[in-house]
Amino acid sequence: MSAHSTTYVPKNAAAKWLESRLPIIGLVHSSFVAFPVPRNLNYMWTFGAILMAMLVLQIVTGIVLAMHYTPHADMAFASVEHIMRDVHYGWLMRYLHANGASFFFVAVFIHMFKGMYYGSYKAPREVLWILGVIILLLMMGTAFMGYVLPWGQMSYWGATVITNLFSVIPVVGDVVVSFLWGGYSVGNPTLNRFFSLHYLLPFMLFGVVILHIWALHVPGNNNPAGIPIKSGKDAIPFHPYMTVKDTLSLVIFLIVLSWFVFYMPNYLGHADNYVPANPAATPSHIVPEWYFLPFYAILRAIPNALLGVIAMFASIAVLAFLPWLDTSKVRSASYRPAFRVFFWLFVATCIGLGYLGAMPAEGGYVVAAQILTFYYFAHFLVILPLLGLFETPKPLPNSISESIFGKDGSGKSGSAMPVGAAAQPQSK
Amino acid sequence: MAETTTNAEPTRRDFLFIATGATAAVGLGALAWPFVMQMAPDAATVAAGAPVELDLSPIAEGQIVRLFWRGKLIFVRHRTEAEIQQARETPMTALKDPEPDEERVVAGKDQWLIIFGNCTHLGCVPLDFAGEYRGWFCPCHGSVFDTSGRIRTGPAPINLPVPPYTFVDDTRIVIGEA
Repeated sequence: MSAHSTTYVPKNAAAKWLESRLPIIGLVHSSFVAFPVPRNLNYMWTFGAILMAMLVLQIVTGIVLAMHYTPHADMAFASVEHIMRDVHYGWLMRYLHANGASFFFVAVFIHMFKGMYYGSYKAPREVLWILGVIILLLMMGTAFMGYVLPWGQMSYWGATVITNLFSVIPVVGDVVVSFLWGGYSVGNPTLNRFFSLHYLLPFMLFGVVILHIWALHVPGNNNPAGIPIKSGKDAIPFHPYMTVKDTLSLVIFLIVLSWFVFYMPNYLGHADNYVPANPAATPSHIVPEWYFLPFYAILRAIPNALLGVIAMFASIAVLAFLPWLDTSKVRSASYRPAFRVFFWLFVATCIGLGYLGAMPAEGGYVVAAQILTFYYFAHFLVILPLLGLFETPKPLPNSISESIFGKDGSGKSGSAMPVGAAAQPQSK
Repeated sequence: MAETTTNAEPTRRDFLFIATGATAAVGLGALAWPFVMQMAPDAATVAAGAPVELDLSPIAEGQIVRLFWRGKLIFVRHRTEAEIQQARETPMTALKDPEPDEERVVAGKDQWLIIFGNCTHLGCVPLDFAGEYRGWFCPCHGSVFDTSGRIRTGPAPINLPVPPYTFVDDTRIVIGEA
């Protein structure tokens, strides 16, 4: 790993005093100012920062909503309408939080697909990847419980379906479910504890994110070429290059989020959730939010209840084994033309599963879901291990700089920028 | 871009930095505004805080009734002649917070004393008809109020305040303001 060229030196007395007692300024400086980052990162690498911003947005809007929300079955639905109608800017807080959750998942899926494409899960970043899987699980738990809180029809029945799944656990299944419910069915105790845990989990998530960033900073970022930084020329400091790039990317992301929040705030939701929960009437089609649809499709594809639940959790757990399932010595798909084909097939499979998750579990849809579920697991358990053994990768460049500037190395190739112009801030 | 500039002359880059920073500051302010404003009393609370009407006719002479406006306790006392006299005969020098009784009631409706019901010391609800003047007595720290609700002895600093109210007609009042 390239050496940190600049270490923080406190300039004034107050900074010196703090730094000698708790070197936090130095830590922030070495992590987010001076940190060397491959100079060939593309915009796929901005989604980590976007995710951090979305986590902060969700926490801030969530805390604000919690000032006005009542977590009691008799009052929850009305309290959400009170937020929408009476609280100043309450409609904005609610729509930011609900659509923010969707966009949190948009960002995390792009972030994960980036990792899969460029081999970011490979050694020495296995723990980084596994922490990411844990973050995904925490996100899914948080999102599921959050959706229950408005206590609409989908809230109630989605909670009923998903909590009932745990009854398949042998021996203790029914006890587990009754402890989840706090009663004999989804009811007020369930709502209360979901509210408590929904408030708690994001802060646990924040802790795992810190570990995730720490695990990243040990080896440093991967890059589109998949080869490590070999010299100082291959790297640029995080500030100002990545701070500005992440800011631009975040602004564009927030523009898209704002489009949904202000022009189509209920597009990603389900109209049935504007109907108060009615334990006596089940909606005709119970569907989770879009980001759960692929997993829902896998769950329903298997006819056996226990195996369906196992398959659903396995579809996430298999991700944790990715570093060992992929046998290729080449990291980045940029140099693995055969892998690229299968990668995009995998993306199409995920999208297909998502579509099928929204369809009723009948006829052709079931068969299609079974085929795609089989292919999903085949990708990880059969294709990836075999690909690494049999594919012919393209030759890797000698360095990151060479992959950008060409074989000359000195930057005289016509397509690249003059050496030095990009990396120097204006000196005055 | 190739011309040399002296240190004193601002460059295009300076302009861009400052313009971007100013736009970002305005943007952050616009972003923060709703998060702060959402804590302001919401429309339902404001609606519930509208003025309340009270019919005085059932209140007997010498009786004190209580009601709430905006969550705060209010005493409505139908004073006897003797109670009004006692309040009017008090010299201003005897009062910690000098205020004539006439200024605490509506002229022509002197028997109606309408005041907030929390001791001005630390907020306890004082006891009716108690204390030396048979006005109110606060058991928390011993404040004594007279029949005009004025502090006489004890730690309370000011008289029991008078809420905004108007007589709709001879027997009905509206307490509070929009």
